[in-house]
Parts: sequence; C-alpha cells; structure tokens
Amino acid sequence: MVTEHSDAADASALALKILVAGGFGVGKTTLVGAVSEIRPLRTEELLSEAGQLVDDTDGVDQKVTTTVAMDFGRITIRSGLSLYLFGTPGQDRFWFLWDELSQGALGAVVLADTRRLEDCFPAVDYFEHRHIPFVVAVNCFAGARTHGAHDVSRALDLDQGTPVVLCDARDRDSGKEVLIRLVEYAGRMHTARLLDSVG
Amino acid sequence: MTPKGRHPMTENRTSGASEPGSQWYDGEAGPLVRPYAMTGGRTQPGPTGVRFDLIALVTFDLAAATLDDAAGLGPEHRTLIDLCRTETQSVAELAADADLPVGVVRVLLGDLLELGCVVISRPVPPALLPDERILREVIAGLRAL
Repeated sequence: MVTEHSDAADASALALKILVAGGFGVGKTTLVGAVSEIRPLRTEELLSEAGQLVDDTDGVDQKVTTTVAMDFGRITIRSGLSLYLFGTPGQDRFWFLWDELSQGALGAVVLADTRRLEDCFPAVDYFEHRHIPFVVAVNCFAGARTHGAHDVSRALDLDQGTPVVLCDARDRDSGKEVLIRLVEYAGRMHTARLLDSVG
Repeated sequence: MTPKGRHPMTENRTSGASEPGSQWYDGEAGPLVRPYAMTGGRTQPGPTGVRFDLIALVTFDLAAATLDDAAGLGPEHRTLIDLCRTETQSVAELAADADLPVGVVRVLLGDLLELGCVVISRPVPPALLPDERILREVIAGLRAL
C-alpha cells in the first residue's frame, strides 16, 4: 500500500531543459537522437491567430489553428533527475515559441555548419541578448572544410568565454561532450552571476 | 484554394511574423486543425490559470485512482491518465505519446489537476537554477552514459 508516493516523488524530481538551436538542416534532430535514451519524440504546439477568418460561409468567426513540431529527447541522470533536450523550430516565424522553450532553460547548444555559418546568427543573437548560456557546436560534415574553433568564434564575434566545440552530431560520445561543455559553462556563468549579485 | 488576404511568405529574414499580411504558416507548419473540440472549446487550463511548462512533470495520484469513472472524463483524459499511471512523465512526453498538441494537453491536464488525479511539478524558476552540486551530478552522469 503506497500512501506517500506523490509528495516524495514530487519533491525530489528535477527536470532540466537544454535547447538545441541552429539553422535548417544543420543536424539538430540528429544530435538530439544521438544522445537521447528514448527515441526522439515529436511534440506539436498550437499556433493560432485570433480573428483570422478561414471560412466565413456562415459568418461565424472561427479561430484557425496550425501546429509546429518540436523534436525532443531525454537523458536520465538518475531517478528524479532528467535532462530534456528540445530542438527548436528552425523557421524564424516560430521564434515566439523559443521564448517559452527558453524559460528556465539551463542553456543552449547552437549547432553551426561552417558552409553556412550565417544560419546560426539569429540563434547566437537570441541567446546572447537573453543571457542564456550557450555553446556553439560546429557540426563537422564530411566534405566541409574544417575550421578551427577560434576562427568560428571570431567569425561569429562571440563574447569572450563562449565555448566553441567541434562535433559530429551523429556520434553519441561527441554529442555527450557538447552537453558536458555546456553544463560546465552554464555552471560557470551561474556562479559568476551569483558573485555579481553579492558583490 | 487560397483564402482571401493571404499571400506567400516572403523570404525576408527581418520581417516579423506579426507584420500585417505576412504569411505565418505554410506546408511545413502542418495541417490546419481545430483541436479545441477535445477541450470543449477551451484554450486555457481551468481557473487555476496555470500554464504548464513543457518539462513540468506529471505524476498520477494513486489516491485518486477511483475517481476517473465518476468525473465524466473524455477519452483523451483517460489516455493521459494511462500514460502517467506507469511512470512520471513530462508534459512534452505526454503530448507526443498521446499524439495531441501541447496546448490541448495543457487544458486536459488542468482538468485532471483540478480533479486531483495528478500531481504536477513546477519547473525550477531560472533564478533558482540548480546549484553546483546538481550540475556536477549532471556532468558526471553524462560522462558515465
């Protein structure tokens, strides 16, 4: 007979959120899939625009709704402590969803492809402006010229200290390393902020 | 059919989705649906007004196990109960597994919360983001994967 189940489970359960952003086709879903212990799931969020009329044959206002898909995965660190990874929708017009996704996020991975580095500019701007810790992970596609992390950092004009990691989004160990770098960096940012607030 | 007042979205990166007349969905956005039939037309969870985070954790409340027949719950409510009966699940996982949009799941979870069938954890506010001990635990856990 279980009586104290919910309180105990609730008090200790902690979920952390990490976002995976970057341009279309840069490997966000691949990275989420490589490190997730569950098959990458897709969830849909509703988008609606009040007052938009689709079909006004009967003169009744109808709210039109469409959906946008997000990929996500999970890594269980231990019972009661899980990491959730969310691939952010790539299209610019879905950015308002990022606001929700980034709320309470531990940090973000911005995936970049050096052949079209400019695709990740919006994501870099977004996280910089909101002071959300992020690392830039350069997905080293076969056939792409390899650039050093320093070159990428300079090309993106990153704030000093923002880590740049070369990775293979298909590779689990490589993906793990990216996440580790992010969590370490988020920890440093967090500590620095705490020190700022007391100093 | 192109309904009146719509035109293809421009490729201009700087144009915001709220710009008058700009197209805010296309083929990639998925079909147009009217999912609120499942929520009785509601778009917000009940009077509690809580907006559950995607990673809010939903735990089935065993003490309320007998409630579900009496309360006039719909099949979607029951699906959600079945999913979190076995293990605690995040809102995002529930939506994916029930194949329902997150907005719909939020409304239905609001119902279940009011009925006391589930316990829903609040995610940690950003300012209270995990202390170093937890982050160290996460790093060690990732290395051990």
